[in-house]
Amino acid sequence: MKAVITVTGKDTVGIIADVATHCAKYDANILDITQSVLGEYFAMIMLADISKLNIEFASFVDILSALGNEKNLVIHTMHEDIFNTMHHI
Amino acid sequence: MINTQDVLETIGMIREENLDIRTITMGISLWDCVSEDTDRLCQRIYDKITSKAKHLVRTGEEIEKMYGIPIVNKRVSVTPVSLIGGTATPEGYLKIAHTLQRAANELGINFIGGFSALVQKGMTEGARNMISIIPEALTETQNVCSSVNVASTKAGINMDAIALMGSTIKRAAYLTRDNNSIACAKLVVFANVPEDNPFMAGAFCGIGEPEAAINVGVSGPGVVASAIRRAGDCNLSELADVIKKTAFKITRVGQLVANEAAKRLDTPFGIVDLSLAPTPAIGDSVAHILEGMGLESCGAHGTTAALAMLNDAVKKGGVMASSHVGGLSGAFIPVSEDAGMIAAAEKGALTLEKLEAMTAVCSVGLDMIAIPGDTPEEVIDGIIADEIAIGVVNTKTTAVRLIPAYGKKAGDSVEFGGLLGYAPVMELNTYSPAKFIRRGGRIPAPIHSLKN
Repeated sequence: MKAVITVTGKDTVGIIADVATHCAKYDANILDITQSVLGEYFAMIMLADISKLNIEFASFVDILSALGNEKNLVIHTMHEDIFNTMHHI
Repeated sequence: MINTQDVLETIGMIREENLDIRTITMGISLWDCVSEDTDRLCQRIYDKITSKAKHLVRTGEEIEKMYGIPIVNKRVSVTPVSLIGGTATPEGYLKIAHTLQRAANELGINFIGGFSALVQKGMTEGARNMISIIPEALTETQNVCSSVNVASTKAGINMDAIALMGSTIKRAAYLTRDNNSIACAKLVVFANVPEDNPFMAGAFCGIGEPEAAINVGVSGPGVVASAIRRAGDCNLSELADVIKKTAFKITRVGQLVANEAAKRLDTPFGIVDLSLAPTPAIGDSVAHILEGMGLESCGAHGTTAALAMLNDAVKKGGVMASSHVGGLSGAFIPVSEDAGMIAAAEKGALTLEKLEAMTAVCSVGLDMIAIPGDTPEEVIDGIIADEIAIGVVNTKTTAVRLIPAYGKKAGDSVEFGGLLGYAPVMELNTYSPAKFIRRGGRIPAPIHSLKN
């Protein structure tokens, strides 16, 4: 089971580290990261294996969303199936 | 790795273009609740609904979190009450309506549909008793929805039933006169009613349905409107293709959610309803899609053609994305629930006659239209008869949900709030069809040859 974590917002030091720390804490294994900075704007898409997650997925979504609010970023965490289903036959 | 563009597109659809799952509706059969004793019937109904749908709301919320997509409504539809009420008196049927409300309260769902009767060919005593109490039932409950199927292509049109509906609608409007005649927003009159529709007010669990089934209604007018905007000045063949592709993506999400809900609730998947269901929110309007296609305003000449193409493309894209399609499937054009329709009606670009023409090529019918409160009931009967005839002759579902807003006249407006929105009171042709309506009887089923 994999989740797609997207992070967008104004670029600051340590965004990837913050998200990665939370992933490690809850046993979400980061598989891939795509990231770009356009001017002051930061956008990252992270793929994480959540099959060994040590909390409920819903709580993990809320924790990352709260982290986003705290750091002035928008963080969405969604099950990969929604993307696979929508874009692949 | 998942494609970055795909991820951004999906998130944009959800966050900026109002893509959502409009409803997960659990259809629940009440056949096994039948009893001679109304109290026992009510107890069985309550027990069955609250046990079958016990985890419906929680499951909906879990799926919402899992896929990051809003699931706006969690609802229940039941076997048409007039079929299981048997010998119940009107008071007995009222008791059933209250039972449905109690079950809805217990579950935390926002609507329960099935206070319904199927009278396309004739009316049983049970159906007559139930219909007679619809105004009180919809006034005394908040979340119960009612529907009456008065015609079908195979049976023809039951004009006696239609003649009852005008007065029923007027009485419902009067009883809720202190609340903008809101009871009428929960009552819909159908031709060729679908038996697996997840959308209110017309949802019920049809006679050929299993014990329970999960039916999902998708939405996404904002997504289609944005795709059309991005397509720029292409021709209509290309535009149809853009709509099809977008409808495919929207419906795939509906199918994903339906599969997951069916699995978690251990209930068979029924259908996905391929619908473009607007809300009063800005950017969630079917009228704005039509305007994006090139009309100065919804209601302009050309609207019927644009809507026909939109409706067809939505179905073509959606059918391939889902294993089972059903319900109302198509673009909805409820006036009060669509910011673009409201604006078009307010400036006089969209009239009732144009809306009637539009219903010949799209899903459902004259929906959420406020009319003057003093409209004679025969005129309401006439509007229903016209709309129902379009459905019967064209072998499609049509429906009427009118609000004769008590004390209001053409040009006023009525505020319903929430998803039901607000509606300008529309002007009507009030020349009387009374003599035609009073003839009663049935309009015979139409011939399906010699098509001209």
